[in-house]
Amino acid sequence: MGKLKLLQGNEACAEGALYAGCTFFAGYPITPSTEVAEFMARNLPKIGGAFLQMEDEIAAMAAIIGGSLAGKKSLTATSGPGFSLKQENMGFAGLCEVPCVIVNVMRGGPSTGVPTGPGQSDIMQCKWGTHGDHPVICLTPGYVQEVFTETVRAFNLAEKYRTPVIIAFDEIVGHMRERIEVPDKGVLPVENRPRPTCRPEEYLPYDDTKGDVPPMANFFEGYRYHVTGLNHGSDGFPVNACARIHTDELRLIRKVESNKKDIIRYEDYLTSDAEVAVFAYGVSGRSGKAAVDMARAEGIKAGLFRPLTIWPFPDDEVAALSKKVKGIVVPELSLGQIIFEVERCAKGRCKVDGIYRVDGDPITPGQILAKIKEVK
Amino acid sequence: MSFNYDQYIRGGKLPHIWCPGCTYGIVFKSLLRAVDSLKIKKDDVALVSGIGCASRLPGYVDFNTLHTTHGRALPFATGLKMARPDKHVMVVSGDGDATAIGGNHFIHACRRNIDITVMVFNNFIYGMTGGQYSPTTPSGHLATTMPYGNIDPSFNIPELAKGAGASWVGRGTAYHAAALDKLIVEAIQHKGLSVLEIINACPTTHGRRNKFKSPTDMLLWMKDNSLPITAFDKLPPEKTAGKFPTGVLFKREAPEYCDTYKALVERVQKPKEGRA
Repeated sequence: MGKLKLLQGNEACAEGALYAGCTFFAGYPITPSTEVAEFMARNLPKIGGAFLQMEDEIAAMAAIIGGSLAGKKSLTATSGPGFSLKQENMGFAGLCEVPCVIVNVMRGGPSTGVPTGPGQSDIMQCKWGTHGDHPVICLTPGYVQEVFTETVRAFNLAEKYRTPVIIAFDEIVGHMRERIEVPDKGVLPVENRPRPTCRPEEYLPYDDTKGDVPPMANFFEGYRYHVTGLNHGSDGFPVNACARIHTDELRLIRKVESNKKDIIRYEDYLTSDAEVAVFAYGVSGRSGKAAVDMARAEGIKAGLFRPLTIWPFPDDEVAALSKKVKGIVVPELSLGQIIFEVERCAKGRCKVDGIYRVDGDPITPGQILAKIKEVK
Repeated sequence: MSFNYDQYIRGGKLPHIWCPGCTYGIVFKSLLRAVDSLKIKKDDVALVSGIGCASRLPGYVDFNTLHTTHGRALPFATGLKMARPDKHVMVVSGDGDATAIGGNHFIHACRRNIDITVMVFNNFIYGMTGGQYSPTTPSGHLATTMPYGNIDPSFNIPELAKGAGASWVGRGTAYHAAALDKLIVEAIQHKGLSVLEIINACPTTHGRRNKFKSPTDMLLWMKDNSLPITAFDKLPPEKTAGKFPTGVLFKREAPEYCDTYKALVERVQKPKEGRA
């Protein structure tokens, strides 16, 4: 038995980061994510880790990439406008394959929007926010316990696949307090980046001949190499050769796409005999589950598909779901974003109907139940 | 015996991208001589840059090298330094990179006084993109985005650094290469944020449009318009009008950020007295 704690989602996120071995945080104050930074400011010095409050969100993202290149597992946390500012350097981390974790506690938007209310309208920004084609892993926990475990998993995925990983949860999940168990050390697996075993003079930082994830040397450890945001060859230096650029971009995407089985996680709640399914994550997933219970109590066969990994999208699972239900209800705190992905995978095999809300309040179980009845 | 640059230059990475007449090669060599004279191990140096002509320099050098995004070299470098305070972290930047898009990072790095050596290659123009005016383009000069003459007031980089809290500030030029070696050595040795502005020339996108007939003219301009700070300070203002001082312009003792953070960690980790 680990330690029982009463924590906010934001605090559980920071606890999870420490459990995963994070020793470097750089951030900038922004509602509703600030508690992550505050927790790290209190606790990182206790373990000799580095905490930096930078001059802006751009700098915070840059600093964690620097920290990670020097061998530290690194975290930043932000919300809406700050997440927009981080995008350029997130693309840098993606192309340069620097492991790091970015927390986005989603609020209402666009612009300053509703800083103190929940939102889910950054979910496409999580995938497409930075320019260019790039790999994306994005996790969407819905309970405080899950925020903890998914943060540990985010670090593991970042290290294992050498890529930035986003954890996106809404303000309600971030600020809600729930009892969680922080497991003893060793209970949850903790992964570390693949390391080179060759001699430094033989090291190629982006060698793609032995697998899609090349071993990563840290700075100052004898493997002197070059990191650049320009498209680069296996030796890390800029290239203009079309063939290399194309194959390397494909490899970056493949790191994630060919490992979907390992990366994708979801909760399947009563969908096996369901006639109507709810597809929802975060706080909307919580309402979705309550709505399914209410529907079942009335004898309606409803179920819930709740993704914990939203990117890469669980294409196969949603396609399979669309083959067995009459309809899928998609409640989201946006004016309709993730529903496009559900529609794409359902391919017209069943009805797909959304419930949208962007006024700073969550979608209620009652709203979802009404839609379940409509779709049935 | 002539200096062996090959020990620091990565095999097969030359020729560099810089235009004929560009002074960055002079500064590049000066940097290598300076690092060599300090007997710093190559493994212990990280050379970080942003975007622009100067920012391509790290790619040629056999250190740990990091070519980042436009203006952001300093926060990347800050991350490296905080993660490994025992190592040498240096930044190569340009006038636009350091003081326009990276201006906020520049002043805050100065304020923090973290032990990073910042070399700002000031060529008074955005060279890589073809000659647009920068925060240091002189008044009246022609640039592709100031086709009728520059109306923007300029930054004085050393004054900016000093005002923002840098604890060592200097200025050298590509013309005074031997003196530049010494300035780079001192900038690296200084514990704290050191800013060294290095006056450079871009004949291709700045000189040609602004009545410099040759790259040599631009080097001679550096010679004719600069004065060592010791001489500059002794002259009356009418004698120094239009000229700029070189050398160590400012230094002060101030707590270094990583040291201060280390002290904080020790304070937090110390068991509280009077408790079991």
